[in-house]
Amino acid sequence: MPVPEISEGFTSSVNRITLGATKEEGGTRISTVTVGGARNVVYGGSIEDKSEKPVIAMDVLDSKPEDWPDVLAESYKDVLDSPGDWAKKCMERFGADLICVKFDGIHPDRADKDADHAIKITEEVLKAVGVPLVLWGCGNDEKDNQVMPKVSEAAKGEKCLLGTITEDNYKSLTAIALADGHFLISEAPLDINIGKQVNILASDMGFPLERIVAFQDTGALGYGMEYSYSIQERQRLAALTGDKMMAMPVICDVGFESWRAKEAKLVDAPGWGPPAERGPMWEAATAVCLLQAGVNIIRMRHPKAVATVKSFINQIWS
Amino acid sequence: MILIAERINGMFTDVKRAIAEKDKKVIQELAKRQTEAGATYLDVNVGTAAADQEGTMQWLVETIQETCTTPLCLDSQKPDVIAAGLKVINTTNRVILNSTPLNRKTDDQILDKYIEMADQAGPKSSIIALTMDKNGVPQDVDTRVAIAAEIVSNAMEKGFDAQRLFIDPIVLPVKVPNAQVQPTNVLTAMEQIRMLCDPPVHMTVGLSNISQGASERSLINRIFLAMAISHGLDSAIADVFDKDLVNVVATSDMLMNKQIYSDSFLKVYADMNKA
Repeated sequence: MPVPEISEGFTSSVNRITLGATKEEGGTRISTVTVGGARNVVYGGSIEDKSEKPVIAMDVLDSKPEDWPDVLAESYKDVLDSPGDWAKKCMERFGADLICVKFDGIHPDRADKDADHAIKITEEVLKAVGVPLVLWGCGNDEKDNQVMPKVSEAAKGEKCLLGTITEDNYKSLTAIALADGHFLISEAPLDINIGKQVNILASDMGFPLERIVAFQDTGALGYGMEYSYSIQERQRLAALTGDKMMAMPVICDVGFESWRAKEAKLVDAPGWGPPAERGPMWEAATAVCLLQAGVNIIRMRHPKAVATVKSFINQIWS
Repeated sequence: MILIAERINGMFTDVKRAIAEKDKKVIQELAKRQTEAGATYLDVNVGTAAADQEGTMQWLVETIQETCTTPLCLDSQKPDVIAAGLKVINTTNRVILNSTPLNRKTDDQILDKYIEMADQAGPKSSIIALTMDKNGVPQDVDTRVAIAAEIVSNAMEKGFDAQRLFIDPIVLPVKVPNAQVQPTNVLTAMEQIRMLCDPPVHMTVGLSNISQGASERSLINRIFLAMAISHGLDSAIADVFDKDLVNVVATSDMLMNKQIYSDSFLKVYADMNKA
C-alpha cells in the first residue's frame, strides 16, 4: 500500500482589518495600517499563507507618568509633558506604526482628569501624527464610560481602535464605536472563554466582528507570558479552523507589562547586567515570543526594544 | 460535526407528493429550513415511488440549487441515479456520494464505480462507504472493521484520499429482537476503524435508524449521537429539525474541545450555519 501524501491545510483565516481613515475615507490620517489575514500559524508554511506584518503601537500617555524608571523615561524626557510631541517623536524617530494614547490620567485613583482633558489630548495627538491611533481607557468602568464616548466622538470617522470593552462593561463603548466608525478592543482577563463571550456580546449588539481586535491580556516574560502565549496560539488555531467568534486579529500590551517586572526596572542589581540593556531586552524578548504565537499589534514603550522587534518582524515577515 | 440533513427523501409523504406534482416550493422550503437548522449537507433521496429515478434525482438537485447553496449528499443504492445527479450538480460545491458497500453479489466492483464517479466529480467530492459486503450487513465488530479496512486500502490503492471517505458502520434499530448489542458493537467498531489510517477517515451513521419503531425516538437518537461522538463519530445523517439534537451536537463539539467554550456556545453553534 502506498504511503498517502498528507498536506495540512486550514479552512479559514484571521480577519484582515485596516485601521485609520485617510482624507478620501473621511478621516485625516496620512497612512493606514492593515493587519491580520493569516491563513496559517507563524512559521507555518508557504508565502501565500503569510499574514500582513505585525505592527507596533507605541504608548503615549495622556499625563506625565510618575512611575516610569529612568531607563525608560530617558528617551522621552523632553516630551513627557506634551502628548502631541511625544507621539511625533515615536513616529518620526522610533518608527511607530501606530500610536496608542493611554488615558491613565483620567483614572479616579490617579489624576482623575475629566473628559475635556481627554478630548484635548486626542485632538492634539490626531493633529501631531498621521498614523492611525489606538485610544485606550484607564480601566475604571465608570470613568471610562464617562470619558471614552467623548474621546470616540472627538476622533469620529478616523477609524481608530477604541478600548476596551469587557464582559461586564461593553454597552456604552460598543454603541459609540459603532456610531463613530471605530474599531473595538475586546478584553478578557487571560481567559479565552470570556474572550470569546465578549466578542459574542458585542456582536449581539450589532457590532461587526470584522471590526473587533481581541485583547486577551498579557503576561510579561517571567510573569505569565506562557499563559498569554498559549491563549494566543489557541485563538489563532480556532480562527484558522473557522471559529468566526475568534477570527479577529489580536493586540498585546507588552510595554506596560514588561516594565512592571523587577528584572526590567531594578537598577541596583549588578549581577543582572546593565539596567540600560536589561529593561529593553525584557520588553523585546516578551514581544518576540508573543509574535510567534500570532499577535498582530504590540503595544511597546522603549525605543531600543521597538528597534529590536521591528528588525525581527522584518526578517520573519519579509 | 458534519450534519447531513435527512428530510429531502421520497420516503416522506410531503416529498413524495412534491416529486409527483413537481412542486418545487416544498423541496426548496425544506432545503432552506434544514440549512438554517444547522445542516452541513442536504441528503437527496428520490425514494421508491418515482418511476424515473434518474430524472427525479436531477429534478431534485436542480430544484434545490435554484435557491440554496448548501452542499448536497446524493443518496441512492443505484450508481446510475447518483451519476445522473452529478451531471447537473454545481461542481464548485462539495458533494457526497451516498452510499456504496464494499461489494455486492450482483456487482463486485461497486466501490470502484463510486470512486471513479467521485474522481470525475472533483476533489471536493466524498463517498459514504458502508461496512457491508456481498454477505450483507455484519452483526459483529470484527467483520465491520475488516470490511472498513478493505474499503480504506482499496481507496488508497486507487490514489483516493482517505479523508474523502466517510465510513458508515451501519446502525441497526435497537428494537429488533436480539439487536440490543448492536449499538455498542457499532461504537467499538468505530474506534477501531478510526485507527486504520492517520488522519482518520470520517465516520458517519444514519442516526434515525437506531430508533426505528421504538418509543422516545428523539431521546434515543440524541443519546446515541452523544455516545457516538465520544467514540469518534464526526458526521451523521440526521433530523436537523430536532433542535435538542442539534444542541447535543453543539455541546458535544464543545466537550470534545472542537469549539472554544463561551457562555453562548449553543447560540454560536446555531449562528455558525446561518452566515
